[in-house]
Amino acid sequence: MKPFTQNIQSLYQAHKQELAGSDQPQIAAKRETAANHFFQTELPTRKYETWRHHAIDELVSEKYDIQTQPSPYQPVNEYFKCELKNINANTYTFLNGWYVHENSPLTVFDNGMIIGSLAEALKSHPALVSEYFAKQDIEKNDNLLSLNEALFTDGLFVYIPDNLSVEIPIQLISIVHCFSPLLVQQRNLIVIGKNSSLSLVQCDDSFKNCESFINNVTEIFLQQNAHLHYYKLENKDEKSLLVNQVYVNQSEYSEFVANTITFNAGFVRNSMNVNLNEPEATTKLYGLYLVDKEQYVDNQIFVRHFAPNCTSYQLYKGIADDKASANFNGHIYVAPNAQQTNAYQSSKNISLTDEARITTQPFLEIYADDVKCSHGSTVGQLDEEALYYLRSRGICERNARRLLLFAFANEMAEFVDIESLRERLNDMIRRRLSGELTICDNCRLHCSAEHHFSFENISIKL
Amino acid sequence: MLQMLEINNLHVSIKGKEILKGVNLKVNRGEVHAIMGPNGTGKSTLASVIAGKELFEVTEGTITYKNKNLFDLSIEDRAREGIFVGFQYPVEIPGVSISNFMKTALNEIRQYRGLPPLTASEFLKLMEEKKKVVELTAKLSNRSVNEGFSGGEKKKNEIFQMAMLEPELSILDETDSGLDIDALRIVANGVNQLKTKETATIVITHYQRLLDYIVPDVVHVLFDGKIVKSGPKELALELEEKGYDWIKQEYEQGKLI
Ligand SMILES: Nc1ncnc2c1ncn2[C@@H]1O[C@H](COP(=O)(O)OP(=O)(O)OP(=O)(O)O)[C@@H](O)[C@H]1O
Ligand SMILES: [Mg+2]
Repeated sequence: MKPFTQNIQSLYQAHKQELAGSDQPQIAAKRETAANHFFQTELPTRKYETWRHHAIDELVSEKYDIQTQPSPYQPVNEYFKCELKNINANTYTFLNGWYVHENSPLTVFDNGMIIGSLAEALKSHPALVSEYFAKQDIEKNDNLLSLNEALFTDGLFVYIPDNLSVEIPIQLISIVHCFSPLLVQQRNLIVIGKNSSLSLVQCDDSFKNCESFINNVTEIFLQQNAHLHYYKLENKDEKSLLVNQVYVNQSEYSEFVANTITFNAGFVRNSMNVNLNEPEATTKLYGLYLVDKEQYVDNQIFVRHFAPNCTSYQLYKGIADDKASANFNGHIYVAPNAQQTNAYQSSKNISLTDEARITTQPFLEIYADDVKCSHGSTVGQLDEEALYYLRSRGICERNARRLLLFAFANEMAEFVDIESLRERLNDMIRRRLSGELTICDNCRLHCSAEHHFSFENISIKL
Repeated sequence: MLQMLEINNLHVSIKGKEILKGVNLKVNRGEVHAIMGPNGTGKSTLASVIAGKELFEVTEGTITYKNKNLFDLSIEDRAREGIFVGFQYPVEIPGVSISNFMKTALNEIRQYRGLPPLTASEFLKLMEEKKKVVELTAKLSNRSVNEGFSGGEKKKNEIFQMAMLEPELSILDETDSGLDIDALRIVANGVNQLKTKETATIVITHYQRLLDYIVPDVVHVLFDGKIVKSGPKELALELEEKGYDWIKQEYEQGKLI
């Protein structure tokens, strides 16, 4: 057993009695199974196909601790700036994996919505939660799923009952603030009832540079004709390891739209697993990553078509500068009975230096014969002819590059339905590409709309 | 200062192949020059070298523009000094709107000249005014630069940019090709409106028809990488009638330069 695993084992032994759900045999058993699975399999190494570019086991510390109790209430929103102002969302903030709340950890609304702490929901709504909680097969998934399942602390629980269109988006903010190596494992559970819809905006952010390993799992269930728009913004400092695993389970006529945007990263791995379980479901996965220095971002997509007449789209775009690297793996599985599947995948990348590395790998596994599938990937440089054209009109090379990069990246913002969020993203992409949106001491996502793009006097970074 | 551009013994190669083999040309303010010549003789190459395209290697000769050595100026500084090339094949740039493009270009040029940037409303007003020059529809100006434009729309868009940037020296490379009869008239009128006593225009064309609208002071024939014959506007008519065979023969017999 490697030191990392040994440490996890002793953390698990020491704390298993106090972890959320430990008083419920069903949950405790799931944790136990997951823990044993992890002790046996340990962290994935480069030998795993989907980990061959960058192995997390080479990056982790041997000394992580976990925070076993909720953080005492503190006005986190005051020192945290990722407010994406004006998007008018209901905000739920998590600090080191725990819901920070002033009053009640879980709110049951008049219309039947339940939103708040998963740890609390495990206690107060055990029957409802266990209907959905931890339904993924740990044997068939990444070992990091078992790590989370064994030792998660808390997370966001959202339950939207049938026939309810939630107008105001929910914003989930996850902050990490630590002084010594910390393992943070949030476990989110999102259930959208029949004919209901919701927008969820998730910000992953770090507050204070510390050696953290964040291994979050979000399980999503979309019932018949349910709609979820899921926006994920990641802006992490270079010291952090962030793994976000999302597992989506879709019923008939449901629609899932995800926008995963990574502005800065130490090591970020987004794994997006979508199961189209019933006919006529649609999933649209968009992603954008802008990395520089020695950052690394990895997007692992796995879309499984288990039923006929479903549609899936994937469009991921990335820019890598300096010595940054990025990887995209898009796996599409079409089961034998999943006739009339439409599955599209496209990955487009720009690598700005010789040292930047971008790899992209489609993987189509198709067992039905009546399907429409397409995939394409490009890794290129900026179009020299376009640069020349812009410069020949008096635009300096630096700004010409920036115009082209912005045009390339901003296409992804166009898929955002919340207008204020889209505008904010435009602005953030602009500033990211002009080197302004980098990690500073106590504020990561400067989401202020006041800064407008001016080409004249900004020093370009990316 | 009357003289604007002077090209002396210009030799240009691409990938080791010599394209221009000693071009000489003088253009004064207020003049219109036409350059004609068979396909592949180097007309667009000449335009690109003046714009500053790095792909081409100048092996010999000089270009003086407004008393400056043109080769000392970067691509963007040439534009800021008033050079504009309307390209034969304008590039499509997805995602960059014409207005963002023009605003950036104009403000950089203004900054170079020590002028403050235009305010948003000043800029919009200018756009509206200049769109009229080539009867450009509002729809086009909101779109990405040249993306999905028809051949004729691309050419109109080049002249629109010229109108926005108000250059001193305009080089229009086959701006007439691909235009229908009405569009040709509109574009030619646009060019004429933008002409002043202080500016100079070089039109590269295969068709004398354009020269009915934009009347040249001199017509040059570029052949085998050199300007082998220059003459008054009637030369264009003669070329249209007789083709280039006689030029070729005279050239081969050493009767031309
Ligand atoms: N990028 C390039 N690579 C290789 N050869 C080139 C390149 N650009 C131009 N050439 C060659 O240079 C020569 C001159 O081309 P140029 O485009 O200047 O001709 P032109 O006189 O403008 O012709 P046309 O009337 O057809 O527009 C041609 O033989 C062409 O093939
Ligand atoms: Mg040409």
